[in-house]
Amino acid sequence: MPLLWITNGRVIDPASKRDGVGDVFIADGKFVASLTTAQKKNAKKINARGLVVCPGLVDIHVHFREPGQTHKETILTGSHAAAAGGFTTVVCMPNTAPVADNAGTIELINNAARKAAVHVYPTGCITVGMKGAQLAPHGSLKKAGVVALTDDGVCIQSNELMHRAVEYAKMFDLSVLDHCQDESMTEKAVMNEGVVSTRLGLRGWPHAAEDIIVARNIILSAYSGAHIHMQHISSAMSVELMRRAKKDGINVTAEATPHHIALTEESLGTYDTNFKMNPPLRTEKDRQAIIAGLKDGTLACIGTDHAPHTPDEKDREFDYAPNGITGLETALPVCLAVLVRENKFKLPYVIDLMTRRAAEVLKLPAGTLAEGATADVCLFDPEETWLYEAKTGFSKSLNSPWSGQKLTGRVKTTIVSGQVVYHDGKIVYEV
Amino acid sequence: MPWHRKHLLTVEELSCSEIEQLLATAGAFRRILDRKVKKVPALRGKTIVNLFLEPSTRTRLSFEMAAKFLSADVISFDAASSSTSKGETLRDTAQNIQALSADMIVIRHSASGSPLYLSRVLDIPVVNAGDGAHEHPTQALLDVFTMQEKLGSVKGRKIVILGDILFSRVARSNIHALTKLGANVTIVGPSTLVPRWFESLGVQVSHNLRSALADADVVMLLRIQHERQASSHFPSLGEYTSMFGLNQARAEWIKPDAIIMHPGPINRGVEIDSALADSPRSVILQQVTNGIAVRMAALYLCSGGQPEQVTTPVE
Repeated sequence: MPLLWITNGRVIDPASKRDGVGDVFIADGKFVASLTTAQKKNAKKINARGLVVCPGLVDIHVHFREPGQTHKETILTGSHAAAAGGFTTVVCMPNTAPVADNAGTIELINNAARKAAVHVYPTGCITVGMKGAQLAPHGSLKKAGVVALTDDGVCIQSNELMHRAVEYAKMFDLSVLDHCQDESMTEKAVMNEGVVSTRLGLRGWPHAAEDIIVARNIILSAYSGAHIHMQHISSAMSVELMRRAKKDGINVTAEATPHHIALTEESLGTYDTNFKMNPPLRTEKDRQAIIAGLKDGTLACIGTDHAPHTPDEKDREFDYAPNGITGLETALPVCLAVLVRENKFKLPYVIDLMTRRAAEVLKLPAGTLAEGATADVCLFDPEETWLYEAKTGFSKSLNSPWSGQKLTGRVKTTIVSGQVVYHDGKIVYEV
Repeated sequence: MPWHRKHLLTVEELSCSEIEQLLATAGAFRRILDRKVKKVPALRGKTIVNLFLEPSTRTRLSFEMAAKFLSADVISFDAASSSTSKGETLRDTAQNIQALSADMIVIRHSASGSPLYLSRVLDIPVVNAGDGAHEHPTQALLDVFTMQEKLGSVKGRKIVILGDILFSRVARSNIHALTKLGANVTIVGPSTLVPRWFESLGVQVSHNLRSALADADVVMLLRIQHERQASSHFPSLGEYTSMFGLNQARAEWIKPDAIIMHPGPINRGVEIDSALADSPRSVILQQVTNGIAVRMAALYLCSGGQPEQVTTPVE
């Protein structure tokens, strides 16, 4: 293993309360306090002057589409997009084809993950076939290596089944991640219900359909003690429900996506399917509430919900286009713009939301530069403005609402387990 | 002012003067419809394709008649007989139609925003014949044309739109047209089908039929669109009729000289009593005739014709 010596960067590690210009040393894939003089001579030196040096970013919500939908993304291409975006740890959702509701599929994912540029952790389904009817084998899934359970994209409608699922999963110390949506209220819905859906004549998805399930999950968590994580919170009322639950000490967490803090339903005026996702973009009031929820710690972390779809799939009537946008390559600059520049969050806090706090939700061994930890690092220039073009990016798909836009804040180098995997616009690692 | 638009996609994007220009052009064509020979050579040599991906009789026939009276060649087809049922995308279907040398596409689609999408994909003009619950511009324009014919200017007039507003593209296009022209629009019906969001479009929202109908100059009825409703938005058609149906007794609440309109198809005995639909106050069939003139104007202007150049009939 090479020795790495990152010099003169602004080192920010919220986990160890570090923020200052300094050096970071890596030996044998781990952070070390320093290198000997002899080691320093042999170390690969990375000059980080003007750059922020922080723990590799952690995303507990990505879709890498393997197995079965590899025309959209593979674990390999998804991991390259992650590395390019400064992410070193990602958690894959199980809505593949077939869905990851059994140990065999998890093994297949783990095999593919060995060639990935970053740490890729699988999740397993809560229910067989993600059909919301019968529990999947949580114990076997745990043994196969899943870090959480979720039917992401589909919300378990039966309260009884959800209750038993979280109770059963708790036995294996597995968190349940829920996509909060009361489907009876959102039939055929394609965007937020409100003034914009009224104008555009599109079927509305009322935020109440999310709030009801968030409330249900809070109640089930309080009742069972099980950890339930609410994915991609999109509504002001859901944030408020979470705030109260946190205050009451209930074992729930929630994430926010970069798109829900950056964009609103107003972006849908031209029926651009690159703004179509589930849950949908909502109002300015909701956007502000989510930002406030991140600020006061009500919401635990940022999760991208990186959801690749091909141009052909997105190039359709709005009603028929699939939900989802890519996010790994744009998450950091978007969060810097919205949280740091627009809302005056401190930079270390934003990094915390994208590293340690995200890892903590699922107790992943990531998110710190502390001595002895796996040497995952993100080096970025917080001031560089660059043109993001999806077609020159690393995801196999192009469905980004930020394509063609200038973004500020650019990842320069990504290091995974002490190995440089991304540098100056190129994937550079060897398996 | 010359007409600049290549596509007719929404009323929302039209300026007041564009609406007036189109209606004036429709007026010239309307006079032609009263003549013995109705054909004019305005679009001779042009081919118009009516791409109807959702069932329609009235609108499709009206666009066909309009095209024929303009001497265009016109071909209509619907989804059931086309490649869309074999999985072809809208882009491919439309590009094939363009490659077949069509000069214009008239599209009817259940998905809102489809005409805008097509206008970006194609080089030829696109005319919206109704997209989902979004807009139905020629319907609104023919409605305004008919109102102007009966009332003169609609400015300051009270127009009541009654029925299923939520799922209605006709309502949305009318709201845009009428508010631009200075009318006072009230929408009325069950709270589930007339949500408060519509206030953002500059209309009054009411669930009280009696107060809404008072002082109305125009009552426009809309059909309850069972096919668009995801789930039940009201208890039953019977309850709808008992609460919001326009019958003889309720017609007494309207001013004697007010007109009754309906874009069709009408459900007799549900939203309107047969006797009222057939009464002298009803202008439902005049709307249909005026629709041809408005669609002639739309096809003519979007083909590059100019309002002042409307040609006389060939004898």
